[in-house]
Amino acid sequence: MAGAFWCVVEDDRQGQPKKVTAELIGEARRQAGEIGGTVEAVWLTDRAAPEGLAQLAGWGASRIWLWEDAALTPYRGETWVPALADLAGRESPRAIWGAVTSRHRELMARLAARLGAGLAADCVAFSLADGRLVATRPVYAGKLLSRVRWKSGPSLATLRPNVFKAAEAEPGRTPVVERQSLGTIAPAARFVERREEAQTGLPELTEAEIVVSGGRGLKGPENFVLLEELAGVLGAAVGASRAAVDAGWKPHRFQVGQTGRTISPKLYIGCGISGAIQHLAGMRTSKVICAVNKDADAPIFKIADFGLVGDLFEVVPLLTEEFRKLKR
Amino acid sequence: MKMLVLVKQVPDTATQVKVGSDPRTIDQTGITWIVSPYDEFALEEALRIKEKRGQGAADEVVAVTLGPERAKEALRSCLAMGADRAIHVNDPAFEGADTLTAARALAAVVKLEAPQLVLSGRQAIDDDMGATGAQVAEILGWPCMSWIMEEAVSEDASQVRVGRQVEGGLEVFDVPLPCVVTAQKGMNEPRYPTLKGIMGAKKKEVKELKAADLQAGGLGPMAPALEVVALEALPPRPPGRILTGDPKDMARELVRTLREDVKAI
Ligand SMILES: Cc1cc2nc3c(=O)[nH]c(=O)nc-3n(C[C@H](O)[C@H](O)[C@H](O)COP(=O)(O)OP(=O)(O)OC[C@H]3O[C@@H](n4cnc5c(N)ncnc54)[C@H](O)[C@@H]3O)c2cc1C
Ligand SMILES: Nc1ncnc2c1ncn2[C@@H]1O[C@H](COP(=O)(O)O)[C@@H](O)[C@H]1O
Repeated sequence: MAGAFWCVVEDDRQGQPKKVTAELIGEARRQAGEIGGTVEAVWLTDRAAPEGLAQLAGWGASRIWLWEDAALTPYRGETWVPALADLAGRESPRAIWGAVTSRHRELMARLAARLGAGLAADCVAFSLADGRLVATRPVYAGKLLSRVRWKSGPSLATLRPNVFKAAEAEPGRTPVVERQSLGTIAPAARFVERREEAQTGLPELTEAEIVVSGGRGLKGPENFVLLEELAGVLGAAVGASRAAVDAGWKPHRFQVGQTGRTISPKLYIGCGISGAIQHLAGMRTSKVICAVNKDADAPIFKIADFGLVGDLFEVVPLLTEEFRKLKR
Repeated sequence: MKMLVLVKQVPDTATQVKVGSDPRTIDQTGITWIVSPYDEFALEEALRIKEKRGQGAADEVVAVTLGPERAKEALRSCLAMGADRAIHVNDPAFEGADTLTAARALAAVVKLEAPQLVLSGRQAIDDDMGATGAQVAEILGWPCMSWIMEEAVSEDASQVRVGRQVEGGLEVFDVPLPCVVTAQKGMNEPRYPTLKGIMGAKKKEVKELKAADLQAGGLGPMAPALEVVALEALPPRPPGRILTGDPKDMARELVRTLREDVKAI
């Protein structure tokens, strides 16, 4: 079975694909290079900018299946799943991949049920064994890795952001766009409103390349400003431990860990966080882990690449200062 | 209004899990089992819906699990928290079931019970798949809303208003019942069972169902669509460097090494 690798586009809701889409395409191209097959993009959106389509082609999508329809925003499984399932039925792709985002996680689950296909969620690696695709995914809150393979249907997977190497853009490729129409689907769920989070000017936690995270050691909500200053200099997102969230210092969406967000930034800086196993579950695939803690025996130092033993109220402003010097 | 809450029994978050002698499964010796935390949020929410609607509404909260004999303990905890009764899909035929097979079995239970609302956790913290709730909805042809932070069932129980967490905000929908919602942390603080609750739980019904019983609910194929090849321990992280001493020197050295040695910035 040759068949295409389909990468479902995650976009910024302004008509541009997000970086994680380049990561999907990059990995799909690597795997397709090994077992054969083409790499195609699948985009369901209310708005696809021409530059967005060019971007997908530049990353290496040889074909773009495009549904552009106001009914697709915001995401509803009821509208997206039948569209994708019908096309998959006609085209028989080898694989359908999405990103680990709130909507793609649900989309791929429903699609797998519709197609009777296996789904490997939250993958961090792919390999080939006996000519078959094998996915690696963290389980038990990241305490173990599970290698899984598909027994039936296309290989459905969601890929964790920031883990896979993004495809490099090659300009000058003309996008090949196959426009699709939605058909008449009347979704039962009626959209009421979207409540935006307060704009911090900092990147989204799950997508950020650098995350600065704070725990109970910060002593109070007002002290998160220390982290926000550091994050501002680094262009980083701010995260929090559950202790900080449960104390009401930060809303739940900031929580990193087993019952919060799973993140995989290039650089994670944990400040005043002890490193409980449930916290590690959410950040242990970070590439470089730094910790600031005044207790030299804090468990976070066991997985930290760099540990600073000291008072965060002294160390963090000094770090901000040093990073700022670099930027100048 | 009848509500079904899907609960899975999982190892306690603080438990060290090890690969078993069959590398596809974990070593179960010494494990403390709990109700998966997100499922507790789902159950708590169902109990609150019932309480809010009051006595006259004749609401019922049913906890459902698919799992081996030990999973009964999870159902007992749910009953102690306040669920009215429980259903245990307990059949060796489901041993090693993948997510989709579990979803098919649970969807069959839903068909047999015909509730207005199904609540599940956002994900079970053992396989971390985050798929079962949505798959149950798909199999039933119902709407589904995932990662719910808040909900309000309309007075006539014809629809539910839900706020679902998405990157950058909260999306609010009105969804006609029946539907499936999956609970995200932050929607409530689950109660602890009272002593009275624990005692009362012993008298509540736990119904056992076998695969054969689910045929009437249209149980689909049982062959897994995904198989585990092997579980493995994490590759060890190389030992880190611990800096101590003057904060200024530490800060300077960290920034230098991040820049020059690891090139992380
Ligand atoms: C089911 C379940 C799910 C959970 N899910 C999560 C989750 O998703 N995410 C999560 O984070 N936790 C989670 N937890 C909670 C987890 O077990 C810990 O309780 C929590 O992570 C602790 O947060 P903390 O590190 O901020 O606080 P603490 O453990 O209290 O650590 C505070 C640290 O700050 C240090 N400190 C204090 N003052 C200073 C200072 N001036 N300078 C430097 N360091 C200082 C202390 O030495 C200490 O190490 C979960 C628990 C359970 C049971
Ligand atoms: N075996 C099971 N029995 C009952 N509910 C389950 C089972 N497996 C999964 N669920 C439900 O589906 C949710 C998501 O599980 P998962 O897709 O495994 O991450 C869980 O939080 C439960 O609510």
